Amino acid sequence: MERQSRNLLITSSPPYIKNGETVHCLMFDVIISLVPAALFSIYVFGVRSLWIIFISSMTAVITEGVLQLLFFTKEFNYKTPILSFIKSEDITVTDGSALVTGLLLAFTLPPTVPYWIPIVGTVVAIALGKLAFGGLGYNIFNPALLGRAFLLAAWPVYMTTWLATINADVVTTATPLSMMKEDGQLTPIINLIVGNVSGSIGETSVVALLLGAAYLFYKRTITWHIPVSYIVTVFVFSLVLGMPAFFHVFSGGLILGAFYMATDVVTSPCTPKGRIIFGCGAGIITILIRKYGGYPEGVCYAILIMNAVAPLIDRIKR
Amino acid sequence: MGLLTFSVGGIHPNDNKLYTANLPIENLKAPKQLVIPLSQHAGAPCKPVVEPGQRVFMYSKIGEPTAFVSASVHSSVSGKVIEIRNHPSSTGRMVLSVVIENDGKDEAVELEEDEDYINKEPDVLKERIKQAGIVGMGGATFPTSVKLSPPKEKPIDSIIINGAECEPYLTADHRMMVEKPIEVLEGLRVLMKVLGVANGYVGIENNKKDAIKYMVSACAGFEGIKVLPLKVKYPQGAEKMLIKSILNREVPAGGLPMDVRVVVQNVGTAYAIYEAVRYNRPVVERVVSVTGAGIKNPKNLKVRIGTQIKDVIDYCGGVKAGVSKVIAGGPMMGFALYSTDIPVTKGTSGIVALVEQGLTHYEKYRACIRCGRCIEACPMGLMPQMFSVYVERGFYEDCKDYNLFDCFECGSCTYVCPAKRPIVQQIRLAKTLVKR
Repeated sequence: MERQSRNLLITSSPPYIKNGETVHCLMFDVIISLVPAALFSIYVFGVRSLWIIFISSMTAVITEGVLQLLFFTKEFNYKTPILSFIKSEDITVTDGSALVTGLLLAFTLPPTVPYWIPIVGTVVAIALGKLAFGGLGYNIFNPALLGRAFLLAAWPVYMTTWLATINADVVTTATPLSMMKEDGQLTPIINLIVGNVSGSIGETSVVALLLGAAYLFYKRTITWHIPVSYIVTVFVFSLVLGMPAFFHVFSGGLILGAFYMATDVVTSPCTPKGRIIFGCGAGIITILIRKYGGYPEGVCYAILIMNAVAPLIDRIKR
Repeated sequence: MGLLTFSVGGIHPNDNKLYTANLPIENLKAPKQLVIPLSQHAGAPCKPVVEPGQRVFMYSKIGEPTAFVSASVHSSVSGKVIEIRNHPSSTGRMVLSVVIENDGKDEAVELEEDEDYINKEPDVLKERIKQAGIVGMGGATFPTSVKLSPPKEKPIDSIIINGAECEPYLTADHRMMVEKPIEVLEGLRVLMKVLGVANGYVGIENNKKDAIKYMVSACAGFEGIKVLPLKVKYPQGAEKMLIKSILNREVPAGGLPMDVRVVVQNVGTAYAIYEAVRYNRPVVERVVSVTGAGIKNPKNLKVRIGTQIKDVIDYCGGVKAGVSKVIAGGPMMGFALYSTDIPVTKGTSGIVALVEQGLTHYEKYRACIRCGRCIEACPMGLMPQMFSVYVERGFYEDCKDYNLFDCFECGSCTYVCPAKRPIVQQIRLAKTLVKR
């Protein structure tokens, strides 16, 4: 205002024009891309999964908002809390990244979990996975996966009780991967692609996830390097180890992990070459866990392990 | 489309050239008072050869080079030298400048025309170019005579005229190619003669269809010259990108175009060279695009060097309400001015006024989210986010590990950064501190 009235010019360093893309855009693109898979899970697992998604995302936003208010804000005017909250430059909860974390964490939970599980999981994801490192941009591990890993270690029974599909919410059953691991039973590929199988809320339908991924590619929010190298490695490596390759590509959380978790920009390498190495590494670890590990599913740990080496991969210059 | 372009990086900003792309170049009358800086070029400043009170003519020399990398400065009007003082320049530095009161008569030093210029010895031509004080008129302002004196062990085999004009808004080179295609090509022919080169190229971005048309038809009478349309992609007009696009040669890290046997010159420079060798006319005026949403009547103007930017803007109807930024040069690599009391120099290719709306100031930027957008955009294949993060932490020396000095500050990384980090500014800081 003062500048306008005194008719001064603004100087700054070039360039003076910027494209409109912001962190908000990136995050809200991811949120939009998750909608088909969310709708599908509500259709398949019933309104319970809607509640889990809702609780998880709300907890994430509230946790981030409150913690940033408590620990990150230098000045805060408590007389006008709402305005100060929105205007504060230190409180970045409005950028949507907490919402993405909450949604993604919900997507990795079984639809049978008690409602306090997503609350605990997202608090851990946001507080320990993200804000403890300094907030968005500084975190080493994918917060949603860190929350899931915590839940899986703390309450393994809740985290491995699965629902049969199409609203039959009394019948518990096993996921395709655990059926494979324990009984050697192969689920038909077409069921895996449509999503007519049991599993975590957001991971079952390959079609819905690919629809969202197509949107992300269209908006150039993600690049092809990580998903393609990840999936191709899983395919090739499972062939090498004599496992059913198509089954491993389409079962479990691989599609969700490859397109939404591994591509998290903060915790993956920056360069195209680094991203391909990252995808290949995650693919190999996934198959090793599925084949030799104690868990039927390895995507979560594979990506977390690769997150830890991402800074190292980035040292390989272009 | 088989348009030529470079392979790595690049961005596609809105070119905004329609403000002035179809407007013919108009002459701007010289103002009452001119401020002619004695350093309008890269290299050593000139020393003044006039004194306050002295009468000068149009084209008479007022500044003499003091070093090899330098270019002489001439008066663009006839009149009286009022004083010689420091005056702010578009770069923000104070520069010793000659203030001349225009008597409005435009009495000129008599210039000899040489119609047979093309058959003169290369050294004669080069001397005329040197005497005319020609510098790279695209904005880099490197003295042309120096560029035309490559060391013996570095032979030149191609010359490229840069008609890409990839900066958004600017149309000065575009109009020059539409209105003076023959003269520009004559300038190229002189360059080829000076350097003994058989291949000349003119690279033009494909958003200037009319310029390509005129240049192609004009080029029919010239031997060894090709006009090539280029893909529209910023920074297509950067020397290294242009060489890669047209000749598919890569300038080595830290090298110059002459390391790959090429000299690149701007369209405006080629025109100035023609004027210099044929008419012995020094550079005293240049074409400036006065454009942007903040200018009432955008125009392409032929402006006398030393005219204050505020006089130029006034001629274009002044600025609209809400103007927040006036830039000398283009919006990607130009200089934001703090005042319009700054003279037009040989390197001022445009005056762009941007309004508050649509222009965002990010006083506080966010943490790098490592999205890799800058890496995709960087035409030099660098990792700009590493510079940004290192500089933020104060690790200036470490930037050298990531080839800091290969960066030519095109601004593509900063343009695309979703966290709105001032990457170019941070890189400049690192460059200054590391050199020290």
